[in-house]
Amino acid sequence: MKAIIHVGLKPGVLDPQGRAIARSLNDLGFDGVKDARQGKVIELDLTHTDEAAAKKDVTDMCEKLLANTVIESYRIDISTDE
Amino acid sequence: MKTAVIVFPASNCDRDAAVALENLTGRAPEMVWHRDTSLPKRLDLVVIPGGFSYGDYLRSGAMAARSPIVQDIIAAAGKGLTVAGFCNGFQILTEAGLLPGALMRNQSLKYVCKPQKLRITNSDSRFTKAYNGTADVTFPIAHHDGNYFADDETLTRLEKSGRVIVKYDGNPNGSARDIAGICNEAGNVMGMMPHPERAVDPLHGGTDGIALFKSILESI
Repeated sequence: MKAIIHVGLKPGVLDPQGRAIARSLNDLGFDGVKDARQGKVIELDLTHTDEAAAKKDVTDMCEKLLANTVIESYRIDISTDE
Repeated sequence: MKTAVIVFPASNCDRDAAVALENLTGRAPEMVWHRDTSLPKRLDLVVIPGGFSYGDYLRSGAMAARSPIVQDIIAAAGKGLTVAGFCNGFQILTEAGLLPGALMRNQSLKYVCKPQKLRITNSDSRFTKAYNGTADVTFPIAHHDGNYFADDETLTRLEKSGRVIVKYDGNPNGSARDIAGICNEAGNVMGMMPHPERAVDPLHGGTDGIALFKSILESI
């Protein structure tokens, strides 16, 4: 089982890297870009067989290490297919 | 006074901190490895030094904050041990939950390394008493992730209770309300991005950091 975790800055927290990306895209002529937010993706290979148990564990991992919840939020996707 | 400096993989100010402590206390600190599970007995002060612990993987200070020795620091801090974190040490203390807020990427996205003018905003703390009201000091700064963030309510609470002990005079990194260093509610845990341990010898270019260590010495 795999868990894909998206970690990003919370709305309202200024993201200077995202802003630089948006500005760069505008410079390249992509006028349709209003703003950008940069985050990270963490992929975990799990031995779990139960999806609910995996979700519970990964949530715990996010709270304890993978995200800094002072500034970041996270989203977990569990995929069962190999 | 018995002191200790924690050494993580890729700490790089641990030696500066050790030299500062030895010169100012007359006794070499114990260097404590991050895999150790307990601090030396009867310590008066622990310094968490600057550097790039664990290569800044995931977030600056994130891995170090979960290391075995930091769990013992959290327990000892709860019992009143004096803990000071400089630069990466500040990042580690916020990641460990010993200090509120977080240190984000500098607003300019640039690594800043220069002497920085600062203002001591609370000279009653155990870390700043020996400044005797001197408000303006200069310490070096050298960081990429020094942009202090906390929600407005936390910032106001910190400011009103005198827990913001040092502010930037000319904000170098986008920190909320120019905050450079804070302490916890009990007043025994302090973190700051600037490097007082690199301002203790005339050859450093300045000695404004000495009074910070004197303050700690005198409070013990």
